[in-house]
Amino acid sequence: MQPSQAVNPAPLPLDRLPPVRRLRHRAIVAATALIAALVLLPVLVLVSVGVTGSGEDWPHLMENVLPRSTLTTLWLLVMVSAGTASIGVTTAWLIVAYDFPFRRLLAWALVLPVAVPPYLAAYAFGEFFHFTGPVQTALRALFGWQSPRDYWFPDIRSTEGAALVLSAVLYPYVYMTTRVVFLMQGRSIADVARTLGARPGKVFRRILLPVARPAIIAGVALVLMETLNDIGAVEYLGVRTLTFSVYSTWLNRGSLEGAAQIAAVMMVIVFAILMTEQWARRKQGFHAARATQIKARPPRLQLTGWRAAAAFIAVLLPVLAGFGIPIQVLGTFALRRLDQLFEPALQNAFVSSVLVASATAVLTVSVALMLLNAARLVRRPGVLAMARVSTIGYALPGTILGLGLLFALARFDNTVDGLARDWLGLSTGLLVSGTAGAVIYACTIRFLALAEGTIRSGLEKLPRNIDDAARSLGCTPARSARIVLLPLLTPAIMTAGVLVFVDTVKELSATILLRPFGFSTLATHVYENASRGVVEDGAVAALLIIVTALAPVILLSRALMRDETS
Amino acid sequence: MKTLISRLACTAVLLSPFAAAPALAEDVVNIYSYRQPDLIEPVLDAFTEQTGIQTQLLFLDKGLEERIAAEGQNSPADVILTVDISRLTKAKEAGITQPVNSEEINAHIPAEFRDPEGNWFGLTQRGRVVYASKERVAEDELAYADLADPKFKGRICMRTGQHDYNIGLFAAMIAHEGAEKTEEWMTGLRDNLARKPEGNDRAQAKAIYSGECDIGLGNTYYVGLMKTNEKEPEQKEWANAMKVIFPTFENGHTHVNVSGMALARHAPNKEAAIRLMEFLASEKAQQVYAEQVFEYPVKPGVEASDVVQSFGTIKADTLPLTDIAKQRKAASEMVDRVGLDDGPQS
Repeated sequence: MQPSQAVNPAPLPLDRLPPVRRLRHRAIVAATALIAALVLLPVLVLVSVGVTGSGEDWPHLMENVLPRSTLTTLWLLVMVSAGTASIGVTTAWLIVAYDFPFRRLLAWALVLPVAVPPYLAAYAFGEFFHFTGPVQTALRALFGWQSPRDYWFPDIRSTEGAALVLSAVLYPYVYMTTRVVFLMQGRSIADVARTLGARPGKVFRRILLPVARPAIIAGVALVLMETLNDIGAVEYLGVRTLTFSVYSTWLNRGSLEGAAQIAAVMMVIVFAILMTEQWARRKQGFHAARATQIKARPPRLQLTGWRAAAAFIAVLLPVLAGFGIPIQVLGTFALRRLDQLFEPALQNAFVSSVLVASATAVLTVSVALMLLNAARLVRRPGVLAMARVSTIGYALPGTILGLGLLFALARFDNTVDGLARDWLGLSTGLLVSGTAGAVIYACTIRFLALAEGTIRSGLEKLPRNIDDAARSLGCTPARSARIVLLPLLTPAIMTAGVLVFVDTVKELSATILLRPFGFSTLATHVYENASRGVVEDGAVAALLIIVTALAPVILLSRALMRDETS
Repeated sequence: MKTLISRLACTAVLLSPFAAAPALAEDVVNIYSYRQPDLIEPVLDAFTEQTGIQTQLLFLDKGLEERIAAEGQNSPADVILTVDISRLTKAKEAGITQPVNSEEINAHIPAEFRDPEGNWFGLTQRGRVVYASKERVAEDELAYADLADPKFKGRICMRTGQHDYNIGLFAAMIAHEGAEKTEEWMTGLRDNLARKPEGNDRAQAKAIYSGECDIGLGNTYYVGLMKTNEKEPEQKEWANAMKVIFPTFENGHTHVNVSGMALARHAPNKEAAIRLMEFLASEKAQQVYAEQVFEYPVKPGVEASDVVQSFGTIKADTLPLTDIAKQRKAASEMVDRVGLDDGPQS
């Protein structure tokens, strides 16, 4: 257990480096800056839209919109982080530390809700807990109630309801990040504490929670950004968050400038989240001293009787909520429409979804690796800061981010076209905007935070000195990265790729704005059906989204399990 | 080796989408639409059958105007299809439309449903009406003003006040009766709500069916869609549990909004686009809107569907739609100010 600072001497000032390295450093910094600029492009465009605004909407926004929606947003964020943190940490701890019936099955089932888009979960919860849904129908049958005036039932269409829905589908982010830490380090420390006589509860509270804190906060940060950018679920549940205000300002009051200004307020919240995460990681030096320890694991504590039953139920409930309810509701509708599976439109949408999501996953992971590698080679706060700031797109509502990108790309296309017309006498038309490439670009920007965060957590868990050792034994930085770091980071890279793939399959709002003619993904297919108020007609496509997103999740989960049991 | 293959595969995947650029052939019309594909596909298919001109449809839920504006002179958009008068006027104001002067279209679409300069044309009308429980609502006639009457306390439900359909209604109210009176009315409506505004128009019908409330606000055509829903037969029950009442302003008229079309400013296939617009205005297409989508055709002489006619005769508001669209921002701000979406406060 060495704090990383002690292992890594402070970097030399640039002017004291040998000329070759100085040049390389400059090249790396320049490349990082270029990537960061490309990623930040739509955000910058939005800021410029906001700045050009007259501000005439502000009296109204300040008086009637922002205070309320900021409070609602913060309250929602607080509840969702409490919900996801408690579910994610508890389940991760139960799965890692104890043995009870169906533990292995549940260990990967806990990841399933990540495949369910929040807008579908909101719809499913709405139906499930509605007056005519199974829960209230059963209650009425049980107690002989007739009308809704006979009894009280909590309203899912509320801020609290939205927090429940979002927690149910977003907790896997915390579960996944936390479980890895418990697996990699928790048990070895915990076992030491246990041999010294500490009770499991005390070990959990005093040792494991502090060790896992950075991972929990990293997971919660992802959850919070997903919550911030969500429009589908909150709109359906009638919760007026900042994102909702962005849309109503833009669409109903015709003020894109005002919308961009609210988006800027949201970015302040994101900065706060990112800073908090950074702050929480400040003392993180808990990496295992030797990589081999990662594999050494004593047996789990076997639970029996009511304890086993309680653990089983505690782990099963989140799966039922985040995955069971959506599948039950959508499955009922889908069964009546199985013939849709053979429609070419749906099949094309499926293929497009898989292609775009794969391309986005590869691109996003590559960009994240480049940024992190730059931060590794040039150990300067500025480079790391650039890498972090590049991930801000994740928290913006998809349509708003998409608009920023649309403006930038269309400007680029039309400039190129104008030059080509002037010089060559031919029109190049729209090169990038209105292509699937624009969709991939947008999704890469949106989900870079996922890839960057996941891989960075993996990187930070590795002992920093193994890279230094490889380098001191004569490896070039590139060779050390290839033969030492990349193999050890494979699980993190795979996880990052899968998360980006899953989120891209679920992505709706940027895709629908930027896509070309005749290009549908599963998500846009669902929306086309659902926007007339008939989500039922999109149920088959909706289930297909979940299945498509699920396949890599299960593969990954199994791969990680193998890792765990070997 | 494995990584090489995966790299090649990834490169192929990355490049493949770029191959499929939008077609700009002469016999194609490119449509940017806020209207759902399955609503207009029957009409488009009939058009292709009659003229041999293919159509390409791009459905957007938000930002259509911004996208066309950003694409500028290279935009592939020919025809814009949308609902809501405010979006039609917004398209004109954004400078993404161009005037069309077609005698054929003008002969089919009455002057009150089109822009004087020909920048947009209405195709169908939909009424914003009251869904009322057959069992629990005795009244068969209501004014919009009655929705603020305390006798309906705790009995009304609606979708979010910020939705286009409600904003349109509130804007019309402001245009008719002034901002002050409308705000007073909206406050009364807020306090009559049974619950926070939520769901879509069908959800209000469902809420009436399940007894959560007695009165809902909704568009006319949803009733037709629910009554004929074979896939989800329970929606027939929702529709049958309620009656449609045409509420009126002080002038005795009911609020209607339109769906419509416009020719894009830089339409690359202008001639084919105008032919499509003429087809959309034709009697044949108008019949499809009436029969399959349950909207009111704007062309005089084309009948609404039987289901819709069974509601009675709608007296559509005569106030120019553009006057209503002007009050939209005021209506949206009023919804925030009154806190309509927060639900009842007293």
